[in-house]
Amino acid sequence: MSQLERRAVTAQLLRNRGEAVLVTGLGSPTYDAFAVADSPLNFYLWGAMGSAAMVGLGLANAQAGRRVVVLTGDGEMLMGLGSLATIGAQRPRNLAIVVVDNELYGETGMQPTHTAHGVELAAVARACGFASAETVRTGAELDALERSLYAAPGPLFAAVKVAPEPTRIELAPRDGPYLCSRFREALLGPGAHL
Amino acid sequence: MSTAVTAPAWPDALYDALLAAGVKQVAYVPDAGHRRLIELARANAGLTTVVLTTEEEGIGLLAGAHLGGGRGVLLMQSSGVGNCINALALPAECRIPLLMLVTMRGEWGEFNPWQVAMGQATPATLEAMGVIVLRADDAERIVETVRAGAGLAFDSGRMVAVLIGQRAIGAKAFRK
Repeated sequence: MSQLERRAVTAQLLRNRGEAVLVTGLGSPTYDAFAVADSPLNFYLWGAMGSAAMVGLGLANAQAGRRVVVLTGDGEMLMGLGSLATIGAQRPRNLAIVVVDNELYGETGMQPTHTAHGVELAAVARACGFASAETVRTGAELDALERSLYAAPGPLFAAVKVAPEPTRIELAPRDGPYLCSRFREALLGPGAHL
Repeated sequence: MSTAVTAPAWPDALYDALLAAGVKQVAYVPDAGHRRLIELARANAGLTTVVLTTEEEGIGLLAGAHLGGGRGVLLMQSSGVGNCINALALPAECRIPLLMLVTMRGEWGEFNPWQVAMGQATPATLEAMGVIVLRADDAERIVETVRAGAGLAFDSGRMVAVLIGQRAIGAKAFRK
């Protein structure tokens, strides 16, 4: 079982993000990113489960010159598994999907997800045509992911296995128009509101 | 007046209207009624066409497009509307523009009874999620309705579905 701690993983992967934009899936990835790396260039999902990767694709298509990182959970990714096929068919070079995989539905009572039963998300992404797709279990593998996350040609996929631990809620803003306007103004400037 | 079957002119005018509205991403699960529009979009290197595995992917995609300062359109048939329900929470809560073009099945001379349930439930399903529903049942009204829907979506920041009636497209022929 992985000993990686999810919030430390999130902090490490985002500490040198530069101008990259971030989309987080509902639940712990949103709490983690807000807790350790809040930024106007973060868009926090609080619902629409299964949509995070596709929000990332739409953003990557619209902003081809920017690195787009999606940080989501295994349950959220499993609900939108078909989006890995859609992204694989599109092959956006600037999109990276990172699944923080604790093999649990953390919001609903820690029920095991499919990844606890042997489903390997990175293998699905690889089969869908991602340029790279790895499962990360160790600190050394995490260091390698940190280096490739903003540099390697996409689409890039990584499932980072993390230790099961109680959900630590860190309440990110959840007002949708605020989150959307905050993000767009940071990315697009004052023209975002025209 | 000729009665020969010819390709309708409206998909080409509809394509021009979408370009004029600033659409750059065209996402779809195919329908025969959208065939010409999809062909035109795929032939334009200036557009990103995104074939989806299920219609709800398009809701997230177009929300992402808006976050990135872009515009898009989502094409589907009515059977795909139900797939979108929970994903619509995203544009609904964030007041993100959404333009959906839905070709209708299950309503006008439908042969396949399995299309009727979702087809008949389509307007109520969309409205239950806060989507503004516009209808075009005559071919000559389709383009102006889409133009109006695009304005409502992109200028007023609303979710809009234009239902293109089976009457305008013609019922799918199963029997020879």
